[in-house]
Amino acid sequence: MQEAIEVVDLEKSFSNHKVLDKISFRVPSGSIFALLGTNGSGKTTTVKMMTTLLKPDHGSVKIDGLDISQQALAVQKKFSLTGQFAAVDEVLTGRENLVLIAKLRHLKNYLSKVDELLAVFDLQEAADRPAQTYSGGMRRKLDLAMSLIDPPQILFLDEPTTGLDPQARAVLWQMIRTLKKSGVTIFLTTQYLEEAEQLADTVAILNRGKIALQGSVAEVKRHLPKETLELTFADEETLAAAEALIGGKVNKELLALNVATDNKVEKITMILNQLQAAKLEILTFTQKRASLDDVFFMIVENRTEEGK
Amino acid sequence: MTVFSDTMTLTGRMMKHMTRSVDTLMTVVLMPIMLMLAFIYIFGGAMTIPQEVYKGFIVPAILLFTVASGVGYTAFRLNGDIQNGIFERFHSMPIAKSAILNSHVVTSVVFNFISAMVVLLSSILIGFRPKADVLDWVMALLLLLAATYALSWIAVLFGLIAKNNETAIAFSYLLIGLLFISSGFVPTETLPKILRGFADYQPMTPIINTLRSILTDGVIPSDIWLAFAWCIGAIVIFQVLSIYVYRKKLR
Repeated sequence: MQEAIEVVDLEKSFSNHKVLDKISFRVPSGSIFALLGTNGSGKTTTVKMMTTLLKPDHGSVKIDGLDISQQALAVQKKFSLTGQFAAVDEVLTGRENLVLIAKLRHLKNYLSKVDELLAVFDLQEAADRPAQTYSGGMRRKLDLAMSLIDPPQILFLDEPTTGLDPQARAVLWQMIRTLKKSGVTIFLTTQYLEEAEQLADTVAILNRGKIALQGSVAEVKRHLPKETLELTFADEETLAAAEALIGGKVNKELLALNVATDNKVEKITMILNQLQAAKLEILTFTQKRASLDDVFFMIVENRTEEGK
Repeated sequence: MTVFSDTMTLTGRMMKHMTRSVDTLMTVVLMPIMLMLAFIYIFGGAMTIPQEVYKGFIVPAILLFTVASGVGYTAFRLNGDIQNGIFERFHSMPIAKSAILNSHVVTSVVFNFISAMVVLLSSILIGFRPKADVLDWVMALLLLLAATYALSWIAVLFGLIAKNNETAIAFSYLLIGLLFISSGFVPTETLPKILRGFADYQPMTPIINTLRSILTDGVIPSDIWLAFAWCIGAIVIFQVLSIYVYRKKLR
């Protein structure tokens, strides 16, 4: 299959701090690729470099076979970018924002397309109000509509649902799926494991400037702990003793210990038995779904174990 | 050329920003008129020169004041475009990139020049009687246009480097400060020695003196080139610097 995006050994530092350290990945044409990472992991920097907004220190990005550093203008015709903060013109109305982008993309007969997008994104009523009166969700929708007025081959979405309520998020997810069906390749970044699961064909987990894990959603999920057990203790001494015994991730403020259980009864029973045998009293215990933090913790932990 | 059509498209956008902001209109047009009235009718009474003469004396400074406070908004809007990400959106699109800064400059020149004309008209309404003939008018307006163009590029540079909106707009106070320590409101001979030395050699003074000579007295001074030289020098330097900063910022 033709690669829509090909990133090889991408590197970027800001004043001696290495934000991205040789990351590489490929995005097949017509698929959805999710770059998953916490705040500050380098997701936005990656997107900026892929969309010609930032020059890489090292490495290359090819969009639909074209090198972005050599053919920036030709590449820019192939994609649209919806950044992390809805970049709409607040003074202009929704309709004017769409017309502005249509004109800048030198489209002809765009008025019917503008109306169509306003309808698709359910913005007809608000179309002639200034965008500064829009809610966060409406801004995101307008931003996305602006990216679609000249249908792109490739769509970059930098944290498209951050700050949206669950309902607006579901609407946006549905739109992203519809876009995929129409053949658009989508590159998105997210902080939410669930979002990647819901949408992506391929997932890459970015941690401290490196890709920690990459593969299909099913492949990546196999590596992840499904559930953790959160145990809290009465004091720091008990907490430290428990950690020495069964491992896991310590949260000193909450006097809590998070242990991966893979949702297996035997594992939970074993942990509880071990603690009881050592006479370490548990204050509370709760089962938690693995968060992205837990995933990273597990990845980092595995690394150091492999290194030993 | 896409540069031209993209510049026009983006200028259309900026014009909507300017005309939809009541605040901008108030500051840019009403403030200079209020200042002019205050100087002529409030402070003017305490001065030894007749009101009619003083009107002719301060109108050029008031015109530059209009432009100087107006370009503050140019810096403000440009900085806003950077802060809220719309610059990045444009920059990631297949458009002529120079159109982005151009649109701010064109809007700034057109809008501030028109504002200055409104203020000039109101000065005529309160009794300012220029002695300029047609050629004088052409020269005076050309000089004002050149000064507006120069101040607009200065605004672009400050808009690009300012950390936030408030800092961006604050630079126009520097320009206004320059105007007050010039020949604009009082003859430089009446200033304290240190200020006078500064006032005589800073760019606002030759521009104001030239405008005054042409408009008020109907005489094109022999050193008119000095006023134009300052404007052209500033245009070249600040345009080059702005484009340099812009490229650095967005690549």
